[in-house]
Amino acid sequence: MKNGSRLLKPGSYFMRGNNACVEGALIAGCRFFGGYPITPSNEISAMMARRLPQVGGYFIQFEDEIASIVSIIGAANAGVKSMTATSGPGFSLMQEAIGLAFMIETPIVIVNVQRGGPSTGLPTQVGQGDFMQTHFGSHGDYETVVYLPNSPQEMFDMTIKAFNTAWRYRVPVVVLSDQMVGHMIEKVIVPEYDEIEIVDRIKPEVPPEKYLPFDSNYLVPPMAVAGEGYRVHLTGLAHDERGYPTTDHGNMMKLLNRLLGKIRKNERKIAEWEEYMTDDADLVVVAFGITSRSALKAVKDARDQGYKVGLYRLKTAWPFPYWRIRELADEGKEFLVVEINMGQAVRVVREYVPFERVHHLPWAPGKCPPPEVILDKIKEVLGR
Amino acid sequence: MSSEVVIRPSIDEIKSLMRVERLPHIWCPSCGIGIVAKAYVEAVLRSGKPVDKHVLVSGIGCSSRMPGYIKLDGYHVIHGRAIPFAVGMKTVKPELEVTVFAGDGDLITIGGNHFIHAIRRNDDVNVIMINNYTYGMTGGQYGGTTPPGSRTLTSPYGHIEGSFNMPLFVASLGAPFVARWTALHYRQIVDTILEMFKVDGFAFLEVVTPCIIYTDMNRMDAVSFMKMFRDRVVIDHNADLRDVALSVDPDSKIVVGKFVSRESESFQTKYRRLMEKVMGDGSG
Repeated sequence: MKNGSRLLKPGSYFMRGNNACVEGALIAGCRFFGGYPITPSNEISAMMARRLPQVGGYFIQFEDEIASIVSIIGAANAGVKSMTATSGPGFSLMQEAIGLAFMIETPIVIVNVQRGGPSTGLPTQVGQGDFMQTHFGSHGDYETVVYLPNSPQEMFDMTIKAFNTAWRYRVPVVVLSDQMVGHMIEKVIVPEYDEIEIVDRIKPEVPPEKYLPFDSNYLVPPMAVAGEGYRVHLTGLAHDERGYPTTDHGNMMKLLNRLLGKIRKNERKIAEWEEYMTDDADLVVVAFGITSRSALKAVKDARDQGYKVGLYRLKTAWPFPYWRIRELADEGKEFLVVEINMGQAVRVVREYVPFERVHHLPWAPGKCPPPEVILDKIKEVLGR
Repeated sequence: MSSEVVIRPSIDEIKSLMRVERLPHIWCPSCGIGIVAKAYVEAVLRSGKPVDKHVLVSGIGCSSRMPGYIKLDGYHVIHGRAIPFAVGMKTVKPELEVTVFAGDGDLITIGGNHFIHAIRRNDDVNVIMINNYTYGMTGGQYGGTTPPGSRTLTSPYGHIEGSFNMPLFVASLGAPFVARWTALHYRQIVDTILEMFKVDGFAFLEVVTPCIIYTDMNRMDAVSFMKMFRDRVVIDHNADLRDVALSVDPDSKIVVGKFVSRESESFQTKYRRLMEKVMGDGSG
């Protein structure tokens, strides 16, 4: 194969989740990766180092995760789709820069292949303890979009989707995977390219003298990049429509409302979930990522034993698809949240469901709860 | 010395690259940062490269406000991280001439790790460091270049830590271009920045201009500030860099000059060659 033809061809493959993420990113148009080694995400940087120069892209292994994420914000502001990948400790180091990307409306994709925490925790074992951090890890009010793949196929699909969402709304987007999904090897289907939606930068249509980088007539203003002659000024400070710093209170509220509104006003377009046998269920199991696969088996086994149980799988953590949870709650259903942490998504479910009807399986030993454990908990809840 | 005639840009040309609508600026009267800002603008105008290909990146601090006053693509990012932002941008868009403008606290105190690794990689960026010996914007705390003995907000009994001798530090890491001037040396700064634009690799300029509000130079007026430089400066392009550390001693010399200028090939140039090989022969 020669230049330009080295993206993964449409077809059926047997692939590792982390590798599927890389191939999805390249098809989405990612041409810059800045990263730092960390388990269990290492396959992503290793593959990027090999693959990017083959497709005319750039790879740099930086001195830390802070440099990694800041470099991709820089590259994106030069107009190039850019990405980093990490795990818990590295994701913690990236938090300040995530706020910068949100504030200067820079599209970037961050893949977090979760391991057990807190601190250095369980570097080689699975965790889902970064659920809240993806929304609340950086200071101040901000919104991110967070995808929750549960298979190598979704590592491929959701990485492409993450780039599309990032560039459509000019926001940082997280693919929140986990050690098991990242390392799992399964069938991955690469569709024909013309069936894959690719979203590119919304370019300014006005000449430089009429361009406002943060024009509030738009929810998502067109994005000028370095070297095009627009001579933008971007700052993490509170800024006006020209990008100039200001401490004006009215301006700050206007800016925050627009920045947050990009996601909040589109939450029903962005949020994704899927349901299995929830219609007649007395109990709805809520799960995501690798846990959703174990939970599905538990739900099927429970059904076989006559329990009316369903599954609500989150495909985005944020925006959180709360409206559907409320509908199910209004029908009087009970909820059981299963996640590999000691209680995170359950807090969000409790916002929308009466407290006594939300149950939780605290579980973070470094492995996924097996279906039997979830089934026992289902029986315990329904046996009350 | 070259005898070619230099045509300096007019004040209107300089102004055309300033965001005059943002004036007055935030810098204190007699601060040297503005002098460097103007020198940079003059260098941009004389660089021969399209103005729109020049990009400024900065972090946080007094010096880092410079992109806010210059009408170029300018990125005012987070504290200490201007270099990785600049590296990402320059790597993917080689036609840009990317200059990082930073204070000492931003660049080599909080940002020290990025600084040393950018030199090691030999990233193709220009780095202009305003050395004002302090954190001015937060009221005058000590930083990585504060000379021992200084009294600051956070060393009220005298600074007992060591400080970086920047030219020695940067040269020892292998940077291909290292220079130091003071705020007195406007023309030399312009000439040096013009040279930096031509370096394929990490080009470093330190401009010594102590904060006159929050250091022992306390409230020195602009004229005595310049006189102080004239009295203390020694130009020595061949100085032994072990001997150029800055001191609070009012009788000490400030050694300036173009200390290092050597052949260089940047990471970005090497990467593009690697990429062309991988794409061309199908290896990998």
